[in-house]
Amino acid sequence: MMRLLWQRLLWAIPVLWLVLTITFVLLRVAPGGPFDSERQLTTEAAAQIAAKYQLDQPVLVQYGQYLGQVLQGDLGPSFQYPDQTVNELIAYGLPISATLGVLALLVALMIGLPLGVLSAKRADKPTDFFIGITAVLGISVPNFVIGPLLILAFAVYWPLLPVGGWNGGQINHLVLPVITLALPFIAYITRLFRGALLEELQKPYITTARAKGCSEARILWLHAFKPAMLPVVSFLGPASVGLITGSVVIEQIFGLPGMGRYFVQGALNRDYTLVLGVVLVVALLMLMMNTVADLLYRWLDPRAGEQQ
Amino acid sequence: MKIKLALSWLIIMSLWVIIGPWLSSQQPDFIHWDAMAQAPDSQFWFGTDVMGRDLYVRTLLGGRLSLLVALVATCMSLLIGVSYGLLSGYLGGRTDRFMMRFLDVLYALPFLFLVILLLVFFGQHMILLFIAIGGYIWLDTARIVRGQTLVLKKQAYVEAAQAMGQSTTRILSLHILPNLRGVVIVYATLTIPQVILIESFISFLGLGVQEPNTSWGTLVSEGVDNLQTAPWSLWIPGAFLSLTLMAFNLLGDGLRDYWDPKRLRPR
Repeated sequence: MMRLLWQRLLWAIPVLWLVLTITFVLLRVAPGGPFDSERQLTTEAAAQIAAKYQLDQPVLVQYGQYLGQVLQGDLGPSFQYPDQTVNELIAYGLPISATLGVLALLVALMIGLPLGVLSAKRADKPTDFFIGITAVLGISVPNFVIGPLLILAFAVYWPLLPVGGWNGGQINHLVLPVITLALPFIAYITRLFRGALLEELQKPYITTARAKGCSEARILWLHAFKPAMLPVVSFLGPASVGLITGSVVIEQIFGLPGMGRYFVQGALNRDYTLVLGVVLVVALLMLMMNTVADLLYRWLDPRAGEQQ
Repeated sequence: MKIKLALSWLIIMSLWVIIGPWLSSQQPDFIHWDAMAQAPDSQFWFGTDVMGRDLYVRTLLGGRLSLLVALVATCMSLLIGVSYGLLSGYLGGRTDRFMMRFLDVLYALPFLFLVILLLVFFGQHMILLFIAIGGYIWLDTARIVRGQTLVLKKQAYVEAAQAMGQSTTRILSLHILPNLRGVVIVYATLTIPQVILIESFISFLGLGVQEPNTSWGTLVSEGVDNLQTAPWSLWIPGAFLSLTLMAFNLLGDGLRDYWDPKRLRPR
């Protein structure tokens, strides 16, 4: 277990460095600078600003300085919001995006797993067929279509819930965004769990358990549940990537001040440090989620570790 | 059943998208000052948007573009993915390990974010969009193809060909590539909806397809902005988009069950 963690940590360093470097190069090769769109500055003022953000140095020196800062956990000052550092902006935006993502994942598991069980128990019966069709629908309808339709239904025509906004994370402001974000993951988890359960229930040890007279509920929860969770757990890695990118759209639709909005805004405004900071945090989150998924997998199936 | 349903929608939709715009007398860019945000009627079959442009023609033209992006990017992804997977799997050994490690690194990058940056910084050219999406989506194809190649190269007829001293190129193109057909078709079918989704996702954020062109993602995005005044401008393009994605997903699922790649499992 510890060895895996160390491996992952060592793996994370080159990946993060690569992400940082690619983004840095993209930002610097791109036409247009952070202060181009503003009204024409006098030469002295422009030089002053450039000096403040160290834009007057050679690019390699800037890169080195930035790398040094990041290693100390400082993502630098924001270009677009002069009074705030990128650390402060992310410290404000990340909890919002994280709340959204974690809740959506929980909702997806809480609804997807039972639906998968139901579908597997009623395999090839109308219930299963109906759940299957709904799942394909859930996977296929993009969240930027379903989200606005939900707003139209539950906030405009039938005003139960607010149209958008964060409002300190009140529960009624969270319902629609979380459901919209969770829907495709509910569908994926249902399909994965149904397939895995069906495969597991055909194995000889289940027949033995039946022959011993175990109740169906006992077989399902005590015997088949854990091994059938394996595909769902390995889906959690890619799912986290989907959640992070999905939340960019969700934040746009529901007007939530999360990290995704900073990213799109920052990119449009050439806010070098903000964009770099967000991309780094996202890459770090992705690595962390994948590691957590791997650890869970090994905990559920200790054989997975021995094979290597 | 699933396959038939999916195929019939895809055929109808493709024909509609290709021929449909000529059936209407409306122009995609013409602004009807007297008919802004008009609900669907006999003159404007899908209504008009808030700028008074006919949505029927725009939806179909948007479909053309979405499908075009999907086809081009999928072809690119197949080209890169299949050759990468083929080489990695067939050559094996250190080359294989190195190539797979490289894939792992690419997998770890927050790609969609980099694609967004690329599009923001270098202008929203169509070609850049193709390259950005095609360059990202081939990873899965490469992995699958490698896995299958590993199995295939152990088959007796490949070993026979090797023993006869046939060149690597000849073995790859004559003995291995044809046997990958099933897997490649399934994964291509499953790649297309992903590409359409990514394209519309990027266009939704306002970074993809630009005026005067339009795509389903752009249309949905405009529809969201005018949700209350013209809800049809959201749900009509949204329905086209969703139905098409669903049809490709169903088709891919159906074909996968039909060919069942589980027959060939790596090792």
